[in-house]
Amino acid sequence: MNLISILMLSIFTENIVLTKFLGMCPFFGTSNKEKNALSMGFSVMIVVVLSSLLTFLIYKYILVPTNTVYLRTIIFILVISAIVQIVEIVLKKYYPIVYKNLGLYLPLITTNCAVLGTVLLASNSNYNLIETLVFSIGSSIGFTLVIYVFASIRERLEHCQIPKNFKGYPIALITAFIMALIFSRFIGV
Amino acid sequence: MKQIFRTIINENPLFVLMLGLCPALAVTTNFESSYMMGLCFLIVLCVSNGLISLIRKIIPDNVRIPVYILIIGTVVTILELLLNKYVPKLSEQLGVYLSLIVVNCVVLGRALSVASKRDIVYTFKDSIGIGLGFTISLMLIGSIREILGANTITFMSSLSELTGYRAIYKVYPDMSLLPNPIFVSGAGAFLVLGFLIALFKVFKKEDNHESN
Repeated sequence: MNLISILMLSIFTENIVLTKFLGMCPFFGTSNKEKNALSMGFSVMIVVVLSSLLTFLIYKYILVPTNTVYLRTIIFILVISAIVQIVEIVLKKYYPIVYKNLGLYLPLITTNCAVLGTVLLASNSNYNLIETLVFSIGSSIGFTLVIYVFASIRERLEHCQIPKNFKGYPIALITAFIMALIFSRFIGV
Repeated sequence: MKQIFRTIINENPLFVLMLGLCPALAVTTNFESSYMMGLCFLIVLCVSNGLISLIRKIIPDNVRIPVYILIIGTVVTILELLLNKYVPKLSEQLGVYLSLIVVNCVVLGRALSVASKRDIVYTFKDSIGIGLGFTISLMLIGSIREILGANTITFMSSLSELTGYRAIYKVYPDMSLLPNPIFVSGAGAFLVLGFLIALFKVFKKEDNHESN
């Protein structure tokens, strides 16, 4: 599979949020405002790319040779939480302005299934290093794109008249339904 | 008993707290994988939170989250290995979502809010209530999606490797609009859950009126 098709696949047709249902909590939780959605998206992007590279190396050069593949889930979650901590420290020290914008979202990312999900999916599909990199970038772009579009729709929904019982999550889920329909039609493109 | 029942209704993780959505949307394409996912979730919740509650006084406060994640991860890994051995088809069906129980907000949230403070009996009851609530809601979503989307209801298919039975039933004669594959596809999951939550809100409101 060539790199461009992996990129397109991970952004659109196999979007991690709308077709794989990963990262649902931030998708519904932090997507009230466009700005929050972008910050969340960027923090996820940093962590996903770094952790998928590191876990790829660990998986290939430590877990497979020593025959301990079954430890994958535990090792991966440890790597992700370590990376989140390191990113937080580095940002705090060298880029305080960025940290001020993203700081709130970083700790939440450890338990964000979008990160662990992407890493596990990449290691399941036997990508090599460059393919893993492209897949993780594509997935996080897809995540950011969907969460941003969703947030802007929800901002506009607030001014609409919605039946009382559908206010809040139900209408958000139905919006997501329509978006998922649109994204699933990208298959033929 | 009363506590368990109350947790199932009032703190239903899916319909009330809106947590643990990923597995609820992803694996509910048929009835069997929905209730098996629910059961796995229930087992992980009970075992890991029971363990956490037992050793809650030994764990230092500032490293408690990593320790909790490690405990949950260990339980999930053991479960994964067991499913892989005995029902490989099912574990293929559940895929990464089984491993993703590790980062499920419900499990970690309960570990932090209940298991780290209460004794083991209370924690166990709470875990059973939450786990059953989650399982029941998954079964509801799964059956609706399968009946509307494929016109079948699968009680046992992948599990037949273990039990030797197969049970898949047709529900109604085919019509022009139903079964509609949209309900089994990914997008349908959002639709079904959206309507179910709206419905749940209606019932909850009526309950409140009665108690007033």
